[in-house]
Amino acid sequence: MDNILSMYLYPAAIIAAKSVFLITTLLITIAFLLLADRKIWAAVQMRRGPNVVGAFGLLQSFADLLKFVLKEVIIPSKADKAVFLLAPFVTTVFAISAWAVIPFDAGIVLADINIGVLYILAISSLGVYGIIMGGWASNSKYPFLGALRSAAQMVSYEVSIGFVIITVILLSGSLNLTDIVNAQSGDYGILNWYFIPLFPMFVVFFISALAETNRPPFDLPEAESELVAGFMVEYSSTPYLMFMLGEYVSIVLMCAFATILFLGGWHAPLPILDFIPGFVWFVIKVCFMFFMFAMVKAMVPRYRYDQLMRLGWKVFLPLSLVMVAVTATFVVFFK
Amino acid sequence: MNNTKKDNTFTINFGPQHPAAHGVLRLVLELDGEIVDRVDPHIGLLHRGTEKLIENKTYTQAVPYFDRLDYVAPMNQEHAFSLAVESLLGIDVPRRGQIIRVLYSEIGRILSHLLNITTQAMDVGALTPPLWGFEEREKLMCFYERASGSRMHAAYFRPGGVHQDLPDDLIDDIENFTETHPVVINDIEELLTENRIFKQRNVDIGFISQEDAQQYGFSGVMIRGTGLPWDLRRSQPYEIYSELQFEIPVGKNSDCYDRYLLRVEEMKQSLKIMSQCIDMLRKEGGPVSTENNKLFPPKRAEMKKSMEALIHHFKLYTEGYHVPKGEIYRAVEAPKGEFGVYLVSDDSNKPYRCKIRAPGFAHLQAMDYMCKGHMLADVSAVLGSLDIVFGEVDR
Repeated sequence: MDNILSMYLYPAAIIAAKSVFLITTLLITIAFLLLADRKIWAAVQMRRGPNVVGAFGLLQSFADLLKFVLKEVIIPSKADKAVFLLAPFVTTVFAISAWAVIPFDAGIVLADINIGVLYILAISSLGVYGIIMGGWASNSKYPFLGALRSAAQMVSYEVSIGFVIITVILLSGSLNLTDIVNAQSGDYGILNWYFIPLFPMFVVFFISALAETNRPPFDLPEAESELVAGFMVEYSSTPYLMFMLGEYVSIVLMCAFATILFLGGWHAPLPILDFIPGFVWFVIKVCFMFFMFAMVKAMVPRYRYDQLMRLGWKVFLPLSLVMVAVTATFVVFFK
Repeated sequence: MNNTKKDNTFTINFGPQHPAAHGVLRLVLELDGEIVDRVDPHIGLLHRGTEKLIENKTYTQAVPYFDRLDYVAPMNQEHAFSLAVESLLGIDVPRRGQIIRVLYSEIGRILSHLLNITTQAMDVGALTPPLWGFEEREKLMCFYERASGSRMHAAYFRPGGVHQDLPDDLIDDIENFTETHPVVINDIEELLTENRIFKQRNVDIGFISQEDAQQYGFSGVMIRGTGLPWDLRRSQPYEIYSELQFEIPVGKNSDCYDRYLLRVEEMKQSLKIMSQCIDMLRKEGGPVSTENNKLFPPKRAEMKKSMEALIHHFKLYTEGYHVPKGEIYRAVEAPKGEFGVYLVSDDSNKPYRCKIRAPGFAHLQAMDYMCKGHMLADVSAVLGSLDIVFGEVDR
């Protein structure tokens, strides 16, 4: 009995506690990042943004949460109830579970598995099921079109993201995220980070990440001026909240992923700044990436469906393929 | 065969509660995948019976109805009506009144074009330009308010002239606006004109040939986009337009992008016209409305002293004035195109018939022609470039 306790139950309890801690921290952070997103957007548009709930509107996201939770859930009469309600959970759960392998600092990671990169790729591609299920189960025309668009879009950009990641893996020689970050450490600080040798890939990754998370200019599945709200048209209350939450969790996930792959994870940009804890650097870098996401949203118009496909298949795919070949050549002959 | 629905099409209702429907338009779209097979605009959801209402009101009371047609540039509509009534009455507007009318017509043009180019940007997904543009529209609406007391429904251009003279500091502020506005136009242009995505979404979208545009009865920017330099301010000058220096930009490709560029250029030309008007206003004084008190109310101060003035005022605001028998069509170059009023008078104090020619109505009927074969997302781009306001389409 003692044996079972010490072998399975205690570790399980510790993992559960860690997970709860991670999820709570993540959700609270996202509440403020959401506010930051709205504030940045408002600043570009010469508005003030939310500024009523709490000082500077700091509690706006919590007020929104309360509002969404307290509203009535409306399920269209012709919708497939089970799938309709399952869809938002699928999106959110997959988005959150990808965080399990993200290392925040040396050793601070929930699951330090050797195929972390593959895990993230796999989980984030599953996220599209939530959208397709939601769009299909709504049994309505706009959500249906939105779901079709998002399926095509996510598949297209997954491909180029895959090749971008391969270039990073070629350089670092590992699929483990901690190893990838450590491969970017060195005496030169910022000059060791992969975004310098792989700059084109960094750009491709950033743009593909926008497409992957349905952010403008690739927000076609929920394009307001065409599809009203796309796959979310029929959603309200908590299920809607889950979709929104899932979306933002995966945006921040993409920011963290970019930080790990290209911006040296928790390493300081200059060796003399090493005294600042790595975790702080990690958060700063994620926030920087998030700021870029927010600025793009404020400035660009939206692509059309066919233009989006063309960009994915005819520009990014060949470009990343060439870069894979170039990087592989470099690794074979010079390293 | 054209009307039978294909088996594999997908019919969706675009509106009337659609965020890109520009108010209350309902488009029934038949889609083949994302490709648009047929666009069927259903209008009339904002029909208020304006024309019939005008027939039951005196000529003065009819003026505010014109504000409610194209509520984006209200005074331009009043202008057409005032010109029509003046022609029937055979009276002239004093010069200062004409200058003020031109000044405010151009303010209306900027009001309308600002709204249109920024909402066209919004229709293709750029959400920032509208807020930048609205900042400027706010200033212009303040000019409306300072001249007439109302931000939108001005009732400022009246048969016989304009209601009141402009205060001097208002003229200074308008001049100030003509100097600062190019900066804002430039800012908006920086976000859009050379933006690759904006160009991809607008270039070669919504093409219409010059002949077809004429067949459909296009006017304004829509016809100038096809390369035809047709502008009523130049081809049939009214008020003081023949004395003013301005250019009529024309397009080459007749697509959404050309129409966007034309509107931006027209705003710059309007600023030019405005500053010329301001110079004239500073030099030339005089009355702003006809001094025939049988047609235009006397000044307030006069009414305190003169019995006759009081009687005139009472008669004008109860019975109104009688317009001799006749019929007339007068049109102005409104921001959206040729806005015309066809009036039939029967010697009474109310119009016998008032037919309104709204440019948006003619443009909207080409939706099917312009959208066919494009994708769903282009429908909102084309709709944005048509510059539709439902107040005037549905009347």
